[in-house]
Amino acid sequence: MDLSSINPILLLASLMVAATPILLAAIGELVVERAGVLNLGVEGMMITGAVCGFAFATITGSPWLGFVAAALGGAALSLLFGVLTQYLLTNQVATGLALTLFGLGLSALIGQGYIGIKAPAFPDIHVPLLGDIPVIGPIIFQHDPMVYIGLALVAGTYWFLHKTRGGLILRAVGENHDAAHALGYKVIKVRLLAIMFGGACAGLGGAYLSLVRVPQWTEGMTAGAGWIALAIVVFAGWKPWRLLLGAYLFGGVTVLQLNLQAAGVAVPVEYLSMSPYLATIVVLVIMSSGRAPGSLGRIFHASR
Amino acid sequence: MSLLTIENLTKAYPGVVANNDVSLEIGRGEIHALLGENGAGKSTLVKAIYGLVKPDAGKMTLNGADFEPANPSAARAAGIAMVFQHFSLFDALTVAENIALGLENPPPQAQISEDVRKVSDQYGLPLDPEMIVGDLSAGERQRVEIIRCLLQDPKLLIMDEPTSVLTPQEVTILFETLRKLQSEGTSILYISHKLEEIRALCDNATVLRLGQVVGTCDPRRTSARDMAELMVGMALQITSKSGKPLGDVALRLSNLTAGAPHQFGTALKHISLEVRKGEVLGIGGVAGNGQDELVAALSGEMKVGAQMVVMGDIPIGALPPNKRRAMGLCAAPEERNGHAAAPDMTLVENALMTGATRLSLTRNGFLQWDKARAFADAIIETFDVRTPSANNTARSLSGGNLQKFVIGREIMQNPDVLVINQPTWGVDASAAASIRQAILDLANNGAAVVVISQDLDELMEISDRFAALNEGKLSEPRPTQGLTMEEIGLMLGGAHGMEVAHVDA
Repeated sequence: MDLSSINPILLLASLMVAATPILLAAIGELVVERAGVLNLGVEGMMITGAVCGFAFATITGSPWLGFVAAALGGAALSLLFGVLTQYLLTNQVATGLALTLFGLGLSALIGQGYIGIKAPAFPDIHVPLLGDIPVIGPIIFQHDPMVYIGLALVAGTYWFLHKTRGGLILRAVGENHDAAHALGYKVIKVRLLAIMFGGACAGLGGAYLSLVRVPQWTEGMTAGAGWIALAIVVFAGWKPWRLLLGAYLFGGVTVLQLNLQAAGVAVPVEYLSMSPYLATIVVLVIMSSGRAPGSLGRIFHASR
Repeated sequence: MSLLTIENLTKAYPGVVANNDVSLEIGRGEIHALLGENGAGKSTLVKAIYGLVKPDAGKMTLNGADFEPANPSAARAAGIAMVFQHFSLFDALTVAENIALGLENPPPQAQISEDVRKVSDQYGLPLDPEMIVGDLSAGERQRVEIIRCLLQDPKLLIMDEPTSVLTPQEVTILFETLRKLQSEGTSILYISHKLEEIRALCDNATVLRLGQVVGTCDPRRTSARDMAELMVGMALQITSKSGKPLGDVALRLSNLTAGAPHQFGTALKHISLEVRKGEVLGIGGVAGNGQDELVAALSGEMKVGAQMVVMGDIPIGALPPNKRRAMGLCAAPEERNGHAAAPDMTLVENALMTGATRLSLTRNGFLQWDKARAFADAIIETFDVRTPSANNTARSLSGGNLQKFVIGREIMQNPDVLVINQPTWGVDASAAASIRQAILDLANNGAAVVVISQDLDELMEISDRFAALNEGKLSEPRPTQGLTMEEIGLMLGGAHGMEVAHVDA
């Protein structure tokens, strides 16, 4: 065992990268759930985004176009969920689970020709001045742009939900859809938009895995990341800043246990592998004080 | 000239005509009452005015111009504001956010908070704009709705059953506020089935029955009894109480204390009480003051300290519901669809679920369907439940019929102690009278009955003693004979900080 082989600066730097896919998927799902919809299809939308992003990036050679395609792919799949649950009034839990299974199958089909190819490079940006600060620079200011886009999305979501009228209406719809309807707000329209935002974010998260983190395409490569994103939303009490904490905690323990495995710590690998899940859930449960949106998962039907 | 006229308005839903050829006229600065039982079509008519429902036929005119609001925003823009019966509020949001949601072009949040302070001060409706609505009492929640309407400067204010959540003192103050608004030229459409209130407040009344206008009257000159019979369409039965002496103590609560079961629940604080055999004890109080929690503690849904609830001389506070039923304590909770009855199960199954213990409807863990069916049929027969058969689902029954079934199910198990929450809520007048009579008959046969209700008239009619629940605390019970509404109001916590409007008329 050689713990000295672990470089704390590199460890902290890779924490942000490891957390980003989950952060992206979770912030999207947070908005969906604040609008009162429970979409359990995050895993399916993530993997669809992963394959769409990878395919477009390799075809066009541009990772940026890949991310755009991933967002569109995720949003398209979520729209399927939206139409089923909002217009045809299907059960949200069953539809979400079906969406995950469908997404896993669909992505395997699309991804047939892309196995074993390497994704085009997505270079890190070296933030001028800030990136040169010793220790902090490499940890925080020398990452690829998506890491910062993820952070901006969290800040933007917080701002939207709490400072804008659109956010207020979205929260109102999620809290009590009958009252929102009685006041004349378009519950289904608000929810469809939220669902599509959630799908796009999940798609981005998936593409981050296939274009940056791994970076190549393999079937089922999300490996449960969508589920942990769902769990983080709940344990973070539907609050954006706590969600950020949860995602970084998960990313941090993931990176740490990988380093510990490499260093040959005398703990069975299985325990190390489960540690990020355990640590995240334990910490967030202890901190948990959130209250679910009042209409979460309930079917809305304007009784006229 | 009148402000709003409605001519020959008709709206049909599949299977029922909610409004049939309804005409109505509201003058400027008039307080107009809309009277009718549940299902008479009041809500549908109001929804049409507020743009939530599109009428099939008929014409509405506002200020002489055609008025066809496509949605609530259009109605609000035309000067219509509405205070809903089931509050259209959002528990997790603040007062200011709730108010912003009801405004067409809301100013910034800080400005709203200031406006709320100003209006709430002006009309004597104290309210902190930063409070979370879920933490407010029912009366305070209504203030939120009223202030939301006042900020829109409405020409017509619609109030749907506004006093059902207020103490008598708060009702008086609300009426003062409404009269101030009237003197400022605002018209008010006041929906209620409380006749004395309408007689005290309104200038004109339109009575609806089964979707049709059955009469108009000047409520100041018409007796409550005449209006009631117009509303119901027949003479009402009057309940009779017997003057039998009371027996031993059947149920004793000593220092019953329990924490709030959920975030917006109420904690029960040091409740002590004795109910005797043959006695009906009425517990009044504004909704959300611990009624649900008290019923849960009595029925066994919420376990408390064993000695806190004593039946005869056996402590039962820590026993689950079925053990209590076996000992003779039955309970009927408020929410009939989903709590007292499972909506998608048949009446036979629903009868089985609470009746199984006392009437031994099971043998060796197997259900005895024929006995259960006989029990359900007996309830339907005795309590005049209108249903095609006992195999229909609970959901398919109207509110009044299901309520008769739910109450009948408990009464026919012949309990020694019966706890009922809101026995006649949303039930039409004739069904309500028969439910009340059944409660009195049960007490007459020696059972102790605890009735929790927000309908003070009902409690005065059937109970021997009255106690008030306010913020989880129970007042000392007092004999109902000779108790005045004023005294009851003070027992209920008075005006809860509300004050008379101080605008200059």
